[in-house]
Amino acid sequence: MLKNKKDQKIIIGSSFKFGDDISTDQIAPGRLFHLRSNLPELAKHVLEDADPGFAKKVKPGDFVVGGRNFGLGSSREHAPLVMKIAGVGAVLAKSFARIFFRNSINVGLPVLICDTDKIDSRDILEIDLKKGIINNKTKNLKLKFNPLPGVMIKILNDSGLASHIAKNKGFNL
Amino acid sequence: MHKTISEKILSKHAGRELKAGDIAVVDVDVVMSQDGTGPLAVSQIKKMGFNKVKNPSKSIFFIDHAAPSPRSELSNSHIVLREFASQTGAVVSDVGEGVCHQILVESYTCPGDIVIGGDSHTCTSGALGAFATGMGSTDIAVGYALAKTWLMVPRTIRVNFNRRINKGVFAKDLIIYLIGKITSDGATYKALEFGGEVGSRLSMDDRFTISNMTVEAGSKTGIFPSDDITKEYLKSQRRQDCFKEISADKGAKYEKIIDIDCSVIEPMVCQPHTVDNALAVSSLEKIMVNQVFIGTCTNGRFSDLKIAADILKGKKVASGVRLIVVPASKDIYLEALKEGVLETLINSGAVVQSPGCGPCVGVHQGILGDGEVCLSTQNRNFKGRMGNPNSFIYLSSPATAALSAVKGYIADPREVLG
Ligand code: SF4
Repeated sequence: MLKNKKDQKIIIGSSFKFGDDISTDQIAPGRLFHLRSNLPELAKHVLEDADPGFAKKVKPGDFVVGGRNFGLGSSREHAPLVMKIAGVGAVLAKSFARIFFRNSINVGLPVLICDTDKIDSRDILEIDLKKGIINNKTKNLKLKFNPLPGVMIKILNDSGLASHIAKNKGFNL
Repeated sequence: MHKTISEKILSKHAGRELKAGDIAVVDVDVVMSQDGTGPLAVSQIKKMGFNKVKNPSKSIFFIDHAAPSPRSELSNSHIVLREFASQTGAVVSDVGEGVCHQILVESYTCPGDIVIGGDSHTCTSGALGAFATGMGSTDIAVGYALAKTWLMVPRTIRVNFNRRINKGVFAKDLIIYLIGKITSDGATYKALEFGGEVGSRLSMDDRFTISNMTVEAGSKTGIFPSDDITKEYLKSQRRQDCFKEISADKGAKYEKIIDIDCSVIEPMVCQPHTVDNALAVSSLEKIMVNQVFIGTCTNGRFSDLKIAADILKGKKVASGVRLIVVPASKDIYLEALKEGVLETLINSGAVVQSPGCGPCVGVHQGILGDGEVCLSTQNRNFKGRMGNPNSFIYLSSPATAALSAVKGYIADPREVLG
């Protein structure tokens, strides 16, 4: 859920906790390769191989919380894309695989690096994207996340890379 | 300034001096995607308002992941790629040509190039002394349209493979050993640069295998300096014109230098479900296999099929085991045919399938059943990778795979090669 809709600074939702090394094969499985041309359908299977019931449970604005090296594996942008389509508000992890991190920014899905040991499943989190603060309301605890590099903030502010390029007729980083 | 190979290549393409940590927009030489990532790239190109690609002869769409297509949805995606290419003059590498990364090194990548690909194993091209990295469809769409991308210049970890390699041990074992040591995120955002007395003597096929798997340690690219071995390879591909020598400056700044004594490395496997879950075959309990797969952009080259055939010659695949062989490209397929390698493999009981990705990504041609175990020469063993989250994938060299197919369980190739 978005508080403060105008500048979309604060997002609130419930967390779904996953472990280390969640691969893009678990987020958007290769066996569903044929659904890549039908993203809403593919989104019904999001994270299926990590938690088969996830797509049914997740509500718009909820958070996916991982451990280390979230999103390792293939370059498929479909992985962050189906998470976004399924309504995931942000992904939090101790660390991210490089291509997944970049793809998430490109599709406009916030990815935050923080100490996720302090978050359990179903904790309610209130995240201030601008200030870099996660308020774990269930545990009454505040966490910080690392700010994104400047170029990535510019891309996110333009709602992703495609709109950035369309708007500027090229890179303006 | 004393530069790493990445710093050299990226500086050249940015038109200014760059060092690790700098962010720059750079020109790219080769842009590619495949049938899983290409259709989204095409729609993103259109969404950005472009109807052309900047450099058609080096803009390639590979149809290799589901080739020939097993389903109508995928056939339709293939049509999207063929139509877009015919409108823009971009290249299609169609069904039967082979795996994208193999075709890139055979026909497109030159030392000193920047190569970006909509496929994480684009780092394979780093073996030729190129800065090659995988990206998602939108980044690739921008690459097609503008022949540019933005990059952060990575810090470099230098890996020296030293001393000597034992019999029965291959490039695949070296890279599995390295990933086991530094883990699946040990090189995230970094470049790996290879050298050392063993490293500098490795054949091109060996270098391709090693560069291919660098992304499994999280790295952005995995580069070998280009040298006489590179030159000979390019000559064999009738591409000697594009050779240039690329190496790091003496005194280049590395984040870390890892020295590996290859003489202590044994034949290795990666156990389910991560690549860094590495173990020497000799320490493994007896693991029965249902399927053995020899192929992919990691180990589907002629030398890989040849060593497998040498081990399988006059022997039969164990009963109850399926051996699937997929040459990585049409040229490899033809060479293996001409040299009698395929005949040996087929006589031993192997099924040989058309060049491409084969069963590697779980789309077709060898999907595993519940509880089944596959030993594969591919680069990844993630849960569900081969089409079934209830199956188990081990990774090894082609020699280990071939002997295991005969034995019916994962076996140490030093038994026959030692
Ligand atoms: S062979 Fe496997 S790893 Fe290589 S490009 Fe194809 S699907 Fe990817």
